[in-house]
Amino acid sequence: MSILEAILSDAALTLTAVASLPALEQAKAKYLGKSGTLTEQLKSLAAMAPEEKKRAGAAINQAKSQIEAMVADAKSRIAKAELAAKLAAEAIDVTLPGRTVGAGGLHPVTRALERIEALFATMGFNVADGPEIDTDYHCFTALNTPPNHPARSMQDTFYIADSAHVLRPHTSPVQIRYMEAHKPPIRIICPGRVYRCDHDATHSPMFHQIEGLWIDEGISLADLKGTLTQFFRAFFERDDMQIRFRPSFFPFVEPGVEVDMEWENKGGKIKWLEIGGAGVVHPTVLKNGGIDPEKYSGFAFGMGLDRLAMLKYGVNDLRLFFENDIKFLSQFR
Amino acid sequence: MKVSVNWLKALVDIHMDIDQLAHSLTMAGLEVEEISPVAAAFDGVVIAEVKATAAHPNADKLRVCEVDAGTGTLLQIVCGAPNVQAGMRVPCALVGARLPGIEINAAKLRGVESNGMLCSSRELGLSDEHAGLLALASDAPIGQNIRAYLDLDDTILTLKLTPNRGDCLSMIGIARDLAAVTGATLRLPRVTANPSTGAASKAISLTATVACGRYTGRVLTSLNARASTPEWMKRRLLRAGFRAIAPLIDITNYINLERGQPMHAFDLDKLNGSINVRFANAGESMNLLNSQHVDLQPDMLLITDAQGPVAMAGVMGGLESMVTDDTTSIFFEAAYFDPDVIQGKTRTLGVTSDAAYRFERGVDANGGEAAIEAATHLAVAICGTPTTQIGPLCQALGQLPTRAPITVRPDRVTRLLGMQIPLETMREILARLNCNVTMVGGNLSVTPPSYRFDLRIEEDIVEELARINGYEKVPANPPTATLPMQAVPEGARSRATIRHILVDLGYQEIISYSFVPADWECDFAGNATPLRVANPIASQMSVMRTNLIGGLIACLKHNLNHGESRVKLFEMGRCFLQDIATLDAQPERVAGLVYGQRFPEQWGAGGQKGEAADFYSVKGEIEALLQGLDCRFEKTSHPALHPGRAAAILIAGQPAGIVGELHPQWPQKYLLPAAPILFEIDVQALRGTTAPGYRPISRLPVVRRDIAVVVDESIEMQALLDAVTSAKLANVIDFAPFDIFRGGNLEAGKKSIAFRILMQDTERTLVDSEADKNVSEILEVLGNKFGVTLRK
Repeated sequence: MSILEAILSDAALTLTAVASLPALEQAKAKYLGKSGTLTEQLKSLAAMAPEEKKRAGAAINQAKSQIEAMVADAKSRIAKAELAAKLAAEAIDVTLPGRTVGAGGLHPVTRALERIEALFATMGFNVADGPEIDTDYHCFTALNTPPNHPARSMQDTFYIADSAHVLRPHTSPVQIRYMEAHKPPIRIICPGRVYRCDHDATHSPMFHQIEGLWIDEGISLADLKGTLTQFFRAFFERDDMQIRFRPSFFPFVEPGVEVDMEWENKGGKIKWLEIGGAGVVHPTVLKNGGIDPEKYSGFAFGMGLDRLAMLKYGVNDLRLFFENDIKFLSQFR
Repeated sequence: MKVSVNWLKALVDIHMDIDQLAHSLTMAGLEVEEISPVAAAFDGVVIAEVKATAAHPNADKLRVCEVDAGTGTLLQIVCGAPNVQAGMRVPCALVGARLPGIEINAAKLRGVESNGMLCSSRELGLSDEHAGLLALASDAPIGQNIRAYLDLDDTILTLKLTPNRGDCLSMIGIARDLAAVTGATLRLPRVTANPSTGAASKAISLTATVACGRYTGRVLTSLNARASTPEWMKRRLLRAGFRAIAPLIDITNYINLERGQPMHAFDLDKLNGSINVRFANAGESMNLLNSQHVDLQPDMLLITDAQGPVAMAGVMGGLESMVTDDTTSIFFEAAYFDPDVIQGKTRTLGVTSDAAYRFERGVDANGGEAAIEAATHLAVAICGTPTTQIGPLCQALGQLPTRAPITVRPDRVTRLLGMQIPLETMREILARLNCNVTMVGGNLSVTPPSYRFDLRIEEDIVEELARINGYEKVPANPPTATLPMQAVPEGARSRATIRHILVDLGYQEIISYSFVPADWECDFAGNATPLRVANPIASQMSVMRTNLIGGLIACLKHNLNHGESRVKLFEMGRCFLQDIATLDAQPERVAGLVYGQRFPEQWGAGGQKGEAADFYSVKGEIEALLQGLDCRFEKTSHPALHPGRAAAILIAGQPAGIVGELHPQWPQKYLLPAAPILFEIDVQALRGTTAPGYRPISRLPVVRRDIAVVVDESIEMQALLDAVTSAKLANVIDFAPFDIFRGGNLEAGKKSIAFRILMQDTERTLVDSEADKNVSEILEVLGNKFGVTLRK
């Protein structure tokens, strides 16, 4: 083995073993420094004959390049290792919980409402609004239910003391108010709080309804069936849901309709559930709203929003909606 | 309305099982709410006579009976019923009988052989009655199956009838509608006139001829009011939910149930002179047969005799003229009263009346005579004596309701239903409903029968056509319509947007009652005169709220009691100010409550000792909600809030809400460990934001200078900020506090505020001297106006 070969072999061993930049500098100096072994070889060139010097010089320079390459490799290897060590030291437990400002949430009834509003918006329904304390006229008389009419006993109404006003027992007065202010075509839903003197496991003295009204030329019972069937199937995300329409009576519609949907309860038993009242708007109601019943017709419907939310989310007690227990409400986030 | 299926089947020839029948009725608009069999399923029970009883050798309470159950041999049966005695006829379950829950076998009871069981009502699943054996009539045929004898293979349908279908408040009415729906044949009982056998009569006159269109009556004399109501009648009454009382009263109830014609029986001997129907005079009063004393009003219609009121027409008979066991002669009444006259009376008087319930909804004006004849027939059959005399039918007519024909245009039917019903089908349907139909031009002219009060206008007939034809045949059309685009301003925010901002800020939505206890209004709104509910369900729901604070506090309390320690709530809803005449007096508000730590307990945030939510943390959240609105906060006072920690929220210069800490007096009263922060803002004010616009961005460097100034404690930050803003200093783009310090070497009553001043020019880089100039200008403005000095 020549001297150069011995130096290269020694350098290869040393430089692949160094583990830090200072050690690398030291090792580099051992070969390439002022008194490094390779530098010594260069110095020995001076005493050589020109022919020999040229050959030996080339060999030394080649060896120098090789060692420099080894140094560069070592440097990059050490940098990588140091970075890896640094990153390892900086590692965190990514499974610790994130920092939170705390989650909020909508009430489940509102959640259902927003979905219903969105579904009807796709059919071009606007959202209308009306007062919750309303006149007897708007709540009853204009809706074809004169004083003492037996239909008034269909719901127990709260009255405001010393006034002719009531807490609206349904959202239907918004129909009249909207017709008074707008001309057909009318396509609205009116959600809101309603009030009845009833309080037990299935009744709350305050609850929510969503009213719908579509008035235009040639709107019929068939359109009502189509609209509500689509809505219930969309809301419950069940294309095969059976919806049944049967004759019923509400003073402000004629023909009147009760809407039932087929529902499988927890025991797997399928039964019909009443889900809303509806019908073709009574001509007297149209007239009271300033609309010509010969030219226009339409349908109206009313649904219990709380009941829809109960069915949708599997809530079995209406009272939970008004108890406002965070452990309950937070389930709907 | 409770309907016995067996009775119904006697009136209409239907062949369908109970579920099909219920479905047919429901789909005809006569909703079946409940289906209940009269008796439980059992068999092997026959009528038996107890021939003899003897003491049981081994048990004091048991008797050993010899029983004839028609089997040919006497059966020995051990019985524990206290009422068992020789001679009584009772239901006997034979060996092999299957009763609810048990099968009867021959067995030894305390060593004595027993071959069957004598039964109580409860053992047969008829009622909860189990005090003793079910005693049967002494003529009950021995050996007959008890199910046949008591007509137990019957089902009760409970119908939920809508107020328009007064015509279906009777068995005949339901049978009639069922026949129309199914095409089945009616088998209505034939009513024949009873020839009069006596002359006794009552003169009748009508003063109120519009209110009383027809008054029909008859005198019957020499009756036995103590006779027994026959079992079949009792059974039908009981199954319809009526009590059997006494035969003459039972007969009027039976006719009412069967025909829907309310009737009344007066004791003839207690009537004085002739009958007159008139409205009450001022100051009149009477005793109703429920013993209630009533001061009569001029809108109340009366049946009177020579001495005054004897009945409230269509509501209830009088106490003095009512039929008793001692009655021998009666005057039957079957009248027609105008629904408008009867409506509302029972509510005014607080009585329940089956007659009024029917008259309010409309009774067939032509039904009186048949009712009297049918009742006469029953009265003679049940209470008749050899000397009974039937008086002539007496009747007075007023103005009977007239039925104008209704024009029905076939194309209108098609337009309202969205389907075509062939003309022939329409005529057939209307004929089934007993409507008289003629063709006028291309239209139908329809005259409904007198019992269909609800059919008045074309749309009513349209419903009948759809109903009988079947609602299920109406197509479900996917709706089609023109869809004009809804032009919504960009700055307008929906309620949903507002709710979602609060949800994102960590607020949980709640929904609380709009009616609240009166003291919430006093405490949280300083309102001693809230709107009151006239008929509240409870005192804690008696007044209408004028703000949402009480509901939030109650919800906080509930959740603290249920283990929560950090609560962040909001509610959106209407409030009700005293002036209810306008919609504006029912403003919609959104209110929030924050209690406990600012952030949920978590690692790295101080754990349980984390930073508490305070006025400023909530204010910051409100500011996020108010993005895009011109808003300010001003010190204010509010009954619910801490006087030193309450601000009014102004939007576009108008008061739009409040924010603050709950007044320290309320946590104590409402049992809260600490005071929450509350806010309430008008929803309308939050909905109209300004749509954003672009301002050029300067690329030049921003120079920052921080100053600390000493300010009088009484000076509000807003005043300092406003002073600097209104000085309109060139280059100053931001002036904001970043620290506040009190104490140390500061004079008492002073605070030190550190401000950040950001300066920038749009055209060139600012030099130090320009920045210094801005700083001294600011100090000069604040110094001149508020005596502010630079902190040394």
